[in-house]
Amino acid sequence: MRKLPKVAEASEALKVKGLSGQSQKHESAHKHVSGEACYVDDQMAPTNTLHAYVGLSTVARARITELDLSKVEAAEGVVAVLTLKDVPGHTDIGPVFPGDPLMVNQGQEVTFYGQVIFAVAARTHELARKAVKLARVEYETLPADVTIEQGLENNSFVRPSHTQQRGDTSVALKSAAQTLSGEMQIGGQEQMYLEGQASLCIPTEDGGMLVHTSTQNPTEGQKLVAEVLNIPMNKVSVDIRRMGGGFGGKETNANQWACIAALLANKTQQAVKIRLARADDMLATGKRHHFLSRYEVGFSDEGRLEALNMELSGGCGISPDLSDAIVDRAMFHSDNAYFLPAAKIVGHRVKTNTVSNTAFRGFGGPQGMVAIENIIDNIARVVGKDPLDVRKLNFYTDEGERNTTHYGQKIEQHIVPDLVERLERTSNYRSRREAITAFNKTSPVLKKGLALTPIKFGISFTVQHLNQAGALLHVYTDGSIQLNHGGTEMGQGLFTKVAQVVATVFQVDIDNIQCMSTRTDKVPNTSPTAASSGTDLNGMAARDAAQKIKARMTEFAVNHFSVNESDVTFANNQVIAGEQVFSFAEFAQLAYTNRVSLSATGYYATPKIHYDRDKAQGRPFFYFANGAAVSEVLIDTLTGENKVLQVDICQDVGQSINPAIDIGQIEGAFIQGMGWLTTEELVWGEDGRLQTINPAAYKIPAIGDTPPVFNVELLPDSPNVEATIFHSKAVGEPPLMLGISVWSALRDAVASLADYKLSPSMDTPATPERVLAACSDVRQRSAAS
Amino acid sequence: MIKFLLNQTEHSVSDIDPNITVLDYLREHLHKKGSKEGCASGDCGACTVVLGESDGEAMRYKSINACITLLGSLHGKQLITVEDLKSGGELHPVQQAMVDCHGSQCGFCTPGFVMSMFAYRKNNDSPSREGINEALGGNLCRCTGYRPIVDAAVQMFDPAAEDQFTKTETVNAAKLNQIKRAETEVILNAQGRTFYSPSTVSELSSLLLEHPDARLVAGGTDLSLEFTQFLRNIDVLIYTGRVEGLDTVEENATSIDVGAAATYTQAKKLLVQYFPDLEELIERLGSRQIRNQGTIGGNVGNASPIGDMPPVLIALGAQLVLRKGNKTRVIDVADYFQAYKVTAQETSEFIERILIPKPQMNEQFRVYKISKRMEDDISASCGAFNIKVENGVVKNAVIAYGGMAEIPKRAVHCEKALVNQAWNEQTIQTAMSELANDFSPISDFRSSAEYRLLVSQNFLQRLFLELNSSSNALRVSHYA
Repeated sequence: MRKLPKVAEASEALKVKGLSGQSQKHESAHKHVSGEACYVDDQMAPTNTLHAYVGLSTVARARITELDLSKVEAAEGVVAVLTLKDVPGHTDIGPVFPGDPLMVNQGQEVTFYGQVIFAVAARTHELARKAVKLARVEYETLPADVTIEQGLENNSFVRPSHTQQRGDTSVALKSAAQTLSGEMQIGGQEQMYLEGQASLCIPTEDGGMLVHTSTQNPTEGQKLVAEVLNIPMNKVSVDIRRMGGGFGGKETNANQWACIAALLANKTQQAVKIRLARADDMLATGKRHHFLSRYEVGFSDEGRLEALNMELSGGCGISPDLSDAIVDRAMFHSDNAYFLPAAKIVGHRVKTNTVSNTAFRGFGGPQGMVAIENIIDNIARVVGKDPLDVRKLNFYTDEGERNTTHYGQKIEQHIVPDLVERLERTSNYRSRREAITAFNKTSPVLKKGLALTPIKFGISFTVQHLNQAGALLHVYTDGSIQLNHGGTEMGQGLFTKVAQVVATVFQVDIDNIQCMSTRTDKVPNTSPTAASSGTDLNGMAARDAAQKIKARMTEFAVNHFSVNESDVTFANNQVIAGEQVFSFAEFAQLAYTNRVSLSATGYYATPKIHYDRDKAQGRPFFYFANGAAVSEVLIDTLTGENKVLQVDICQDVGQSINPAIDIGQIEGAFIQGMGWLTTEELVWGEDGRLQTINPAAYKIPAIGDTPPVFNVELLPDSPNVEATIFHSKAVGEPPLMLGISVWSALRDAVASLADYKLSPSMDTPATPERVLAACSDVRQRSAAS
Repeated sequence: MIKFLLNQTEHSVSDIDPNITVLDYLREHLHKKGSKEGCASGDCGACTVVLGESDGEAMRYKSINACITLLGSLHGKQLITVEDLKSGGELHPVQQAMVDCHGSQCGFCTPGFVMSMFAYRKNNDSPSREGINEALGGNLCRCTGYRPIVDAAVQMFDPAAEDQFTKTETVNAAKLNQIKRAETEVILNAQGRTFYSPSTVSELSSLLLEHPDARLVAGGTDLSLEFTQFLRNIDVLIYTGRVEGLDTVEENATSIDVGAAATYTQAKKLLVQYFPDLEELIERLGSRQIRNQGTIGGNVGNASPIGDMPPVLIALGAQLVLRKGNKTRVIDVADYFQAYKVTAQETSEFIERILIPKPQMNEQFRVYKISKRMEDDISASCGAFNIKVENGVVKNAVIAYGGMAEIPKRAVHCEKALVNQAWNEQTIQTAMSELANDFSPISDFRSSAEYRLLVSQNFLQRLFLELNSSSNALRVSHYA
């Protein structure tokens, strides 16, 4: 550059816009509302881009005796057909363990309904979809396991079972004053990201591939595309600017579509785009694991837990995918916020002939948590106490051993007891409890319920090596800053928060910072944006990069102006070196002309964490995120219809980087958790076909389901004691589990039918049908006793 | 050829596959990518656009799902998409409110929300939570939990209603009137397929005689799934939305006369006046976008066992005016449904009008719908009750259910157990058990057979309690 850009000079000090702690708007908000925000399918595609589509299996388990694609090949607009034999490289795309074939060929076994058999590329999306319907596939049907019970009966597992144990539970159960045992079905959940799976692949020189794909895990996409094409990773670049929602459903499940489009692009040497129609997306991609929980619990007459045997059987579907870590996380959260003096938690990874279940916000944690909350409610009915009092009696505390989890991690900060006290007070829990009891005595059909449930959610990937991140930051000679990091934007506001971190380091307006799409050629070897870790990891990496550049600029100022380091400050969009005041841009230009590097990579690895899985002991989590919710509900005891009347939440987010975004995460997660436990029901037929494959059949919460009174508070004055980015806490997943309070409140309302003496059994999701069944159950048991 | 206003500009199309939807036309032909495809079935609202229609001098605006609206139906209308709201580089107040309230996260549903909110803003002077729920119930957001969107929908009423559309309203109405007056043949014709858009009933009936295999587009909210979900093509489509007089909703001394092409939105006001309980049902039937598009005639003609209007019409003793060529006949709605998707309608015959008798003295009407979600969900069971109790005795009872059999159907055993019996708990119990003789429902993903029957029986309990009680709070939907 010969002629440098003209830049503004230092001027009157103004408040710096978008620093950490401000409720900065989402960096794309103005583009979202105007339709200018570009998603993969909106992107300008090269001329003659072809459109891919996939042919899916129509049986749960069978050998393909004949695969006749002649009519597909001859169909209007079809340019190429792809089967497994056309794949030059790897044919299994299992992310951790093998077990996920890219496609299934003639002679091989189809293992779930909706499995990809072949793919086509055609001139248009419509022609591609029409062409795949012309395939003739002959099957020799084989017996299939569809339910968790069938898988358990046949000892069919995708991974070995695992146990976490403290003490001898059989002894503790014998000595306990009271015991209870039971079983509960916990439903799965469809991610239902509004933007379906989509990829656009463009062949590049040297046999490489540029992949635009709606993914939470660009590096894994890059690796798998390289593997199926049989080329090194350095020839593949993955690019993702934003997703229209992910929720875990694009952590591993985006890979297959990118690989198929890349293979077709490679074969045709034309750009190839694929996007799944909603019904196929719902059929062919994994969901939250459904679980079967069986337990035996021992407790005192006051309701204090003494021993817990719990068996958590996760329905994994056909392959391991991420199920090992998901069932582990369910086990790690089977204590929620409660001390388990003696515990034996066994996690089974059950294999069934259904689509392989995968990550979904909470990653097994919610299932473990709802399992223990079910038990706490049941105990409360036995000992005749308000469930809140039984909860409080069992919180982790600093007394003796009561601060250590059943997997040996010490709880260093006891946030839950005080937070719950606070919420109990601010929500007027006790007076509302009285009012509700009175209402229920006089209301013949409608009954109300109330519940307060807490959360303690472990933050860190339990796979240690994933706890790292990188960033790449450039300062240009006009003072503008370009920010790249390994995290992906799916709506959670990660890009906004990380930009706030960089703005804070340089003390410049956030408008100076351009968020770039996430690209594997900018920042390599990235972890998936998952496990609530986005800001913790990438914020730290970006801060590291910014601090490096800032340090170089400072060192330059010290030498250039012969001042002390303490005389150099970055403030109010300015750099001050002793007596000299520059606008940030002026100073960047000065540094450039004096040959100072204004680009840096940043890196971060989470400290302190370790876990010995063989011993099931260690500190898998850097810290815990906590919160609690009170929900008040109304049920119709004639129909089971129900409604949430009021919700009060208090969530600990540490020192918030962006309160508005954090509140948005809390509200959104709560409603998603509520949906999981109420209206969102996945139904499979006996033939293994998922029947709820569109939003007409699968009901996520709508606007009228948002409670009319919805109070959310961020726990004040609670900086993270760990050295996280600006002492904030993760917020993506934890509040999802606040939705458990709705389910618990529904059971409370039903329990009123037997004067709170019986605990209704209520599997999830609590649809009107299940609520009515619970009413009948309690009425019958009450009449019988 | 068809002609419409693409935002403010006259736009004509002729040589295009008549099976194409507005969304595909926008995204694939005009490369306007602001409107999104979330489901292609009218269930998520990400594709919501707004149609402006001239009512002479002014414009009326309504939200619709572009994904299940056929391009041909745009003739004579103004199509407003999310790209059109900014003016002079500034965000529209609706858009600004969404930004200010943090109403978007991933942003994919946002254009659809913005358009539904824009229509709500245009049709109202002030916001209410019920109104917002009703207007936005067909827009799904998976990220926010909706609270900030509700806030934005309130805040957007703050600035003056004046915007670029207000300024061009009379001009645009005049342009649309001009299109309407012009003697163009409204037709799309390509690839051997045709979309006809007749303007008179006689034109419509001759087209049907000429093309006995034609499918009527009477809203098309279900028909369009043929294209977007099942990838089928239909050679001859005849659109009823432009037929003069076919969408009128009128009353005479004894009945309400609903044109078959009247939308739910059009019919609601008068129906609710006579049958207040229909308000809740209609607001839970589909979404605002669907109600703006879907027709009562279409709901009947579609003959789905899970449509919500057929049990209502049967319970109310409504009749259909069927027309074939110049000949018309009148039959009871109850007799129209013969077997699964089989009706009494002959080839080339169509529903012209629906006649609903006004309520008689002491007649009470109730309708109860059960679904997993309150808004925009299909019924597991929908029971409609038209009952007359005098001096403690049931004088008359007409009861019909949807979702309980392969057709919407009367509960004759149940009715029999009620009529001429004392209106008491005992009679209700008998009627409840008799219902098991009327229906053997199926189990599916919406509900088990046992629940369908049980909840349908419990409807009678609710009916009894509601008619005997002055309190309105016997349903969760009524509790405030």
